[in-house]
Formats: sequence, structure tokens, C-alpha cells
Amino acid sequence: MTFAAGGHHGLPRLLAGLEPGGGAISLAAHTRVHGPLPHVPAHQLIEEVERSGLRGRGGADFPTARKLHAVAERRRVGPVIVNGSETEPASAKDRLLLSRLPHLVLDGAVLAAGAVGSRQVIVKVGENAVDAVAALDAAIAARERDPVSIEVVTAPEGYVAGEESAVVHYLNGGAQLPTFVPPRPFERGYRGRPTLIQNPETLAQLALVARFGSSWYRELGTVADPGSALVTITGAVRAPGVYELAFGTAMSDLLDAAGGPSEPLRALLVGGYFGTWMEASRATSLRLAREDLRSVGCTLGSGVLIALGESSCGLHESARVIHYLAAQSAGQCGPCVYGLRAIADAVGALADGVAHPRERDRVLRWTSEVRGRGACHHPDGAVRFVESALAVFDHELESHRRGRCSARPAGLPLGGVAVAGGRLR
Amino acid sequence: MSPRLRVNPITCEAHGLCAELLPELIRLDDWGYPILDESEVPPDLLGLARRAVDACPTLALLLDDD
Repeated sequence: MTFAAGGHHGLPRLLAGLEPGGGAISLAAHTRVHGPLPHVPAHQLIEEVERSGLRGRGGADFPTARKLHAVAERRRVGPVIVNGSETEPASAKDRLLLSRLPHLVLDGAVLAAGAVGSRQVIVKVGENAVDAVAALDAAIAARERDPVSIEVVTAPEGYVAGEESAVVHYLNGGAQLPTFVPPRPFERGYRGRPTLIQNPETLAQLALVARFGSSWYRELGTVADPGSALVTITGAVRAPGVYELAFGTAMSDLLDAAGGPSEPLRALLVGGYFGTWMEASRATSLRLAREDLRSVGCTLGSGVLIALGESSCGLHESARVIHYLAAQSAGQCGPCVYGLRAIADAVGALADGVAHPRERDRVLRWTSEVRGRGACHHPDGAVRFVESALAVFDHELESHRRGRCSARPAGLPLGGVAVAGGRLR
Repeated sequence: MSPRLRVNPITCEAHGLCAELLPELIRLDDWGYPILDESEVPPDLLGLARRAVDACPTLALLLDDD
């Protein structure tokens, strides 16, 4: 099969046709920009996605073709679930896609359904995302030729609400809480059927791979990390927002894309609250690529970059985040409930300079003991965050213990979308 | 492959019987929840492992030996 030659060369790809401040792109405008929904036979689509090297953009980085294949090879396949929960407080990319580019995401969902033999698409979003729900409802009403049914389901907000097994459990009529896995959703998900769950950006990227092919997709990015990514850049930058950038872009260029730092930077939080801190001086020598980030213990997560300015205190900000993450535990697993609470209190005491001199060592024992002992990965992400905070801001522990801190508290966004709607580039 | 122990962290309520019965493989964290440093059960401990699984009041300790 040959693919259309109409793909844009360079950026933007996903965000093509989007005007700052506008509303959702209509089906007609969407078709003008990207062309009609292509017909790609199931096995060819999965092969093309595999050649593209596309990986999941919800934070787990899992190869999309493998996920498609795992569901496609099973019988009595359930719905394709678009996981638009976006529970990472600093992330705004999925909300931007769903509220402004709903047809691109729905194209991807419809194509993925065809690839795995599903006849149903469920878009799950948080109940606060009213603009996304309105845009999706209008988009679904405008689409007449889809061979699958599409519905939108809203659910209460909450950090673990976006976890795959929690989404499936909720859609099955249960509480929105992670379940003990296996079985995983691709084995037994919605109503017990093999279920594909994908992040909206992953599906939007898939919709472009299906149109223009994997060679086009690989025109941008690196060999190991091809294509483009949506990155929410916020914190101490002049123009916080959602930006589409090619993998391989220098981290310092990412900051420049968002208007550049608004003050000298102390550190960067890469990957959001499940992410890890890195010293700001590293940003100049690293690229937006998994291998580069891994070399400093970071992952891109759901595509969030938060800049911490010199005027903010890394220890106090970290204490706020870990308190937030502890409070967001689903409350089901003892190590997560009690462990994160104790770790949060200890990090708070370290930031306030009132901790026992050996408290840092006790926190690091707790973080290593808690890891891997929840039903979901919530505690794992939280302890990784704490470990990176204690590593990057280690030199500040001593001055805090002496009651000195040059910075003021407050800064990172908590418990809400940082950049409503997102800025466009 | 050797049988493996797993804890269902949702059903576990920190009764701690498992660590009493199988201290060779299971210790407790600061809040009384079990830590399995090594999930593989060597043959000589299999009987004790089965006893710990049977003793768990919430059936949270699991032995996978397929």
C-alpha cells in the first residue's frame, strides 16, 4: 500500500491548522489540513505503526504496535478506549487535543479499532474537561461515516483515575480505582474483553502515520525516537503552554520555544510529578530523547517540562508535590497509603529544616521499600520523584537545617490544569 | 521455574502472619506490610510457604506454581 504524499514537512504536524485562541477545528477544516480518513487494512496499519516506532504518549512509553498486536490477536475484542483522563496536574496536551483537534484523535481511535477488530470507541475524560466534552460531542455528531460507534464518558478527577486498570474498572461499573493486575486490559478489560487503551496523543500520531506512512513520520526526530511530541512547558518560562517539537530538539531550545526562561533557572522537572528533577545546567547538553534523558535518570513521562527559577526553593516545591501525591493515593494499598504519607511528612520536615540529621537516609530506605509494592505504579512514580529531589537538592539540605533558604516558596501548579487550553506553536 | 510468592497489596491488611511463619522470605515494613525481597521460593521452603499462604486471613498472599 502507498501512503498519501500530502503530509506536512517539518512542524507543526498534530497542531497543523490550529489558530491561537480559536475553537475546535471542524471536520471540513480537519479534512482540508490532513485529508480524509484513509482505509488501511488491519495488518498493514499495525506493520506501518511498528515501522514508525511510535510509542505511547501517556507516560509509559510502550511501543504502540505491540499493544495493537496484543489485542488484535485475541477474539471477541472489546472497545478501544481513548484515555483522556490527563490526571498529571501540569499537563495540558490531551485537553488541548480533545478540545481543539477532536477529529484527529477520533480518526486515530477509529483506525485503531479497525486494526484490532473492535467496533466501539469510548472516550474517557475527566468531568472538569467541559470544553473537551463539548468539542467531542460536536465532532461525533458531525462524523457520519465511521464504521464504529463512539461515545464519551466523563468520570471524577483524581491522580490515579487515569491509570489503565482504574479506567477499565470504572467503565465496568466499579469504583475508579486501580485493580490488582494481571489480568491486564489487553487480556481482560471492558466487560471481560480484550481492550485497547491509548492516550489521545498516541492516537492522533497514529492517525497521521496511517495517512502519510512511517517514512514520513521518521522525517523528524532521531532513529530511536522518531517523530514529534507535544510537550507542556510551564513554570519559570515567559510563554507557558503546549508546544509540538521534534524529538532530538535540545532541551534549551524547548525552553526557548516557550519564550525562554523568565529568570535564571535552578532546575527542571522533566516528566511532571511522576518525573524527575535535573539540574538546569544539564539542559544545554541534553536533547529531547529517551537516551539523553535516561543518562540523567529522567523520562519524558506524559511530556511535561517544568522550569524552576532561582527564586523558588526546590525542597519546598518537592515537599508540596509529594504531599499532593500522598493525598492522591487511591487508599487501597498499605505501602502507598502509609509510606507516601510518612515520606511526605519527612520531606516537609527536611525542607523546613526541622528534621533529624539522619532523616534523609530514612526517607531513602522508605522509598526503596515502597517501590513496586502497590497495585498500580502510583507509589513508584512518587518515590522516584522524591529520590531525584533529594539527589538534585542535596546540597540545600544542610543550609535548610541551619534555617537558611534564599528562595521563596510557591510556584509549581498543583491540583489543576496549569495552562488552560494551552498555547500553540 | 520455581514457584513465586506474590502479595495482593489491595487485600493485604498487615496482619503479619506471613512474616511470622516465613521470615526466611518475608519481612515487614515500618507499617507492618510484608516485603518480599526474593519472590522465588526454594524447594526446601515450599511447605512453609504453603502454610503461610493458607494462614493469611485476607487471602492476600499468593503462590504461583504453574
